[in-house]
Amino acid sequence: MSMLKVENLTKKFGKFTALDQINIELEKGEVFGFIGPNGAGKTTTIRSILGILKATEGQISVFGQDAWKDAVEIHKRVAFVPGDVSLWPNLTGGEVIDLFVKLRGSSSESKREKLIKSFDLDPKKKCRAYSKGNRQKVALVAALACEADLYILDEPTSGLDPLMETVFQSSIKELKAAGKTIFLSSHILSEVEKLCDRVAIIREGKIIETGSLKELRHLMRNQVVIETTKPVTDAKGLMGIYDYSEDNLVYSFQMDPQQLSTIANHFDKFNIVNFESVPPTLEDLFMHHYKNGGGIEND
Amino acid sequence: MIKLAGTKVISKFILRRDRISILIWIGSFALLTAYVALMFPTLYPTDIKVKEIVETLSNPAMIAMLGPYYGATDYVNYGAVYAAEMLILVALTVATMNILLVTRHTRNDEEEGRLEVIRSLPVGKTTVLFSTLSVYVIVNTLIGLFVGVVLILTGDTSFGWNGSLLYGAGLTVTGIYFAAVTGLFAQLNQTSRGTSGYAFGFLGIMYLLRAIGDINSETLSLISPLGLITRTKPYVSNSWWPILIVLIEAIIIAYIAIRLNVIRDLNASFIPVKPGRKSASKLLVSPLGLAFRNQKSAIIAWAIGVMVLGISYGSVLGDIETFISGNEMYEKMLSVIGGTASFLERFMVMLSAVIAMVGAIPVIQMIIKLRYEEKHNHIEHLLGRAVSRRQLIMNYVTLAVIISIIMSLSGTLGLYMAGAQVTESPLVFGDMMIASFAYLPAIWVFVALTVMLLGFIPSAIKLIWLYLGFTFVSVYLGGILGLPDWVVKLTPFGYVQKIPVESYNVVSSIVLVIISVVLIYVGNAKYRTRDLAG
Repeated sequence: MSMLKVENLTKKFGKFTALDQINIELEKGEVFGFIGPNGAGKTTTIRSILGILKATEGQISVFGQDAWKDAVEIHKRVAFVPGDVSLWPNLTGGEVIDLFVKLRGSSSESKREKLIKSFDLDPKKKCRAYSKGNRQKVALVAALACEADLYILDEPTSGLDPLMETVFQSSIKELKAAGKTIFLSSHILSEVEKLCDRVAIIREGKIIETGSLKELRHLMRNQVVIETTKPVTDAKGLMGIYDYSEDNLVYSFQMDPQQLSTIANHFDKFNIVNFESVPPTLEDLFMHHYKNGGGIEND
Repeated sequence: MIKLAGTKVISKFILRRDRISILIWIGSFALLTAYVALMFPTLYPTDIKVKEIVETLSNPAMIAMLGPYYGATDYVNYGAVYAAEMLILVALTVATMNILLVTRHTRNDEEEGRLEVIRSLPVGKTTVLFSTLSVYVIVNTLIGLFVGVVLILTGDTSFGWNGSLLYGAGLTVTGIYFAAVTGLFAQLNQTSRGTSGYAFGFLGIMYLLRAIGDINSETLSLISPLGLITRTKPYVSNSWWPILIVLIEAIIIAYIAIRLNVIRDLNASFIPVKPGRKSASKLLVSPLGLAFRNQKSAIIAWAIGVMVLGISYGSVLGDIETFISGNEMYEKMLSVIGGTASFLERFMVMLSAVIAMVGAIPVIQMIIKLRYEEKHNHIEHLLGRAVSRRQLIMNYVTLAVIISIIMSLSGTLGLYMAGAQVTESPLVFGDMMIASFAYLPAIWVFVALTVMLLGFIPSAIKLIWLYLGFTFVSVYLGGILGLPDWVVKLTPFGYVQKIPVESYNVVSSIVLVIISVVLIYVGNAKYRTRDLAG
């Protein structure tokens, strides 16, 4: 049974179509990255999964239950961190954490203390005195202190400094090791890259790509730099080479990974002394999509 | 060392930021003064009337509220009556203005990080505090002068120029005193809420000291600036010495504030910031506990406010018969209640209605708070966890119902406590409670309508205030405006019996409760199926 299944989810606000035929499926133990630019529909998707928004069309089921009708039952097994954490200014961070943990039902005092310590949070301060990052920490501690089956995290690190990001990443790795399922929305691509098994890219309410990072990388060209001792001839015309440039026996270009052996064989004739190939980062992948209005460029 | 570079620029800047609110405040004080002074001869048209009001002013409840009356008791001195009725209340308002505006320029700017920017410019360390106080010395002086001149122009012959200016000066020094006090608390507290909170608390203590002092001990009253300014006895003996004392005290307080400002760091405070609770109490950790916690201060403040309202109405009950008979406006107002009942009984009907309508405000606010929580993305924290929408809305409705009972109790208690002191005809607390409780179902209809709005047109939830406003006009002013009878039937308040003139009828209560339950059910059903903003 899948932990989360979104089928043909469409959400309209009046005439505006915020989500258009979204399909997502998460298996148990999977870390799923949900990336897209601001306003693409990430938060709308998450709010629909949480039953805060009602789907215009389509089905959402969590743990096999209906996300809208059985929201309360589902939420007993879900931990959630909202994207824009707004808290009650008159309560302290510690009070809010306790409130959130209690509202879910289960709690673990030692876990709470450990998390507060590792996130370096002062729980005695009133929320009005917290910075954005500290409010984010309150929400994270509250979510991570819970024993949940599904963790839904909406841009959880957007206010954290790099040090805290590392703490967050190791917490997620621990959850992953414990076999938990995680839905992580983000526009911090390196984070998704480090943590996620599979990724979906959303843009203007549509999912434009889904798959493992490996699968998606197939669609991308590696950046290659080759150095030889003899001048290379006829390289520019080879299949699968793009943006070619040469500078004094150093050749750099983008390469279609499927043409690797042909290209490597050709260059080898000129005595390769250095070969560097950098896999595409998610940034490249994402920029690619964003630039071209969706869909992978096929040239 | 006190450094004041840039005082001129900063003072101009403060004036520029506050120019509109300063104009509104000064204008309101002048207008209010002119209006009441012009109304005075029509309010108390005969000698007998003045004597009655003098008697009222001499009863302990009134002295505690407004301060002593020093004028003659055997002839008409409108000026003295005016000073006794108005000085303390207006002085309280002037103090409030100073607390709000001085907090804004001192600790609030510091807390928001604006002071840091100013301090990075070639501006002295104490310039902002000094400029703020200077500007408000001028503003308070203007208020005093305007009020004084308006009194000379609009009052009758008993408003002499010396007394009028003295009355104005009383307001001026009270304002300066509380500007300085707020400046001092801004050094002691780290937050603007703390600053204005302490300053208002201090104002409350000064008012209480004066109230107790005016009844029991002259010395206590002389400690309070509010007590001192009534000792100027405007239009009676016109003493200027209390003005001087308050002014000297204000200067000393301002000097201490400035010294403290010099020796402290930016964003530091002398009262250490108490760390809050590390973990939540059992009371907090439920949606109900959270909702109560967020409204707790408001509920307490409203309960006190409604009680003060009850006390102030209660304190005039003693002279109500003579006060109302012959006063066309009041007679008209009570005419809707009709019957052959005494003025006291009819007035009591009106008071129960007023307390119910004012008490309905915090009740409605409770439901509107749920919309506020939604707009501020607080709801998703709850609904994202194991909380249902039905549970959420029912918690708010439950609290609203509890608040309606609290308001009814505290208002009626205030009315009874003050009323029992001054009337000869015995008031029965139980009967008064029944009269007040009879309005609860009508208030609950308002709760239900607010829930309907929350479900169906949440963006227009504040329309409920319009309906409450209409209710107030039709119930309270219907008689004066000569509105036809059916108008009052457009509001649930029109279906509540006028106790003690009419007897209580349980049927109408039951009908109103049924309407409330049905509307809450429908509103709730819609709320559970609509999209939430967050």
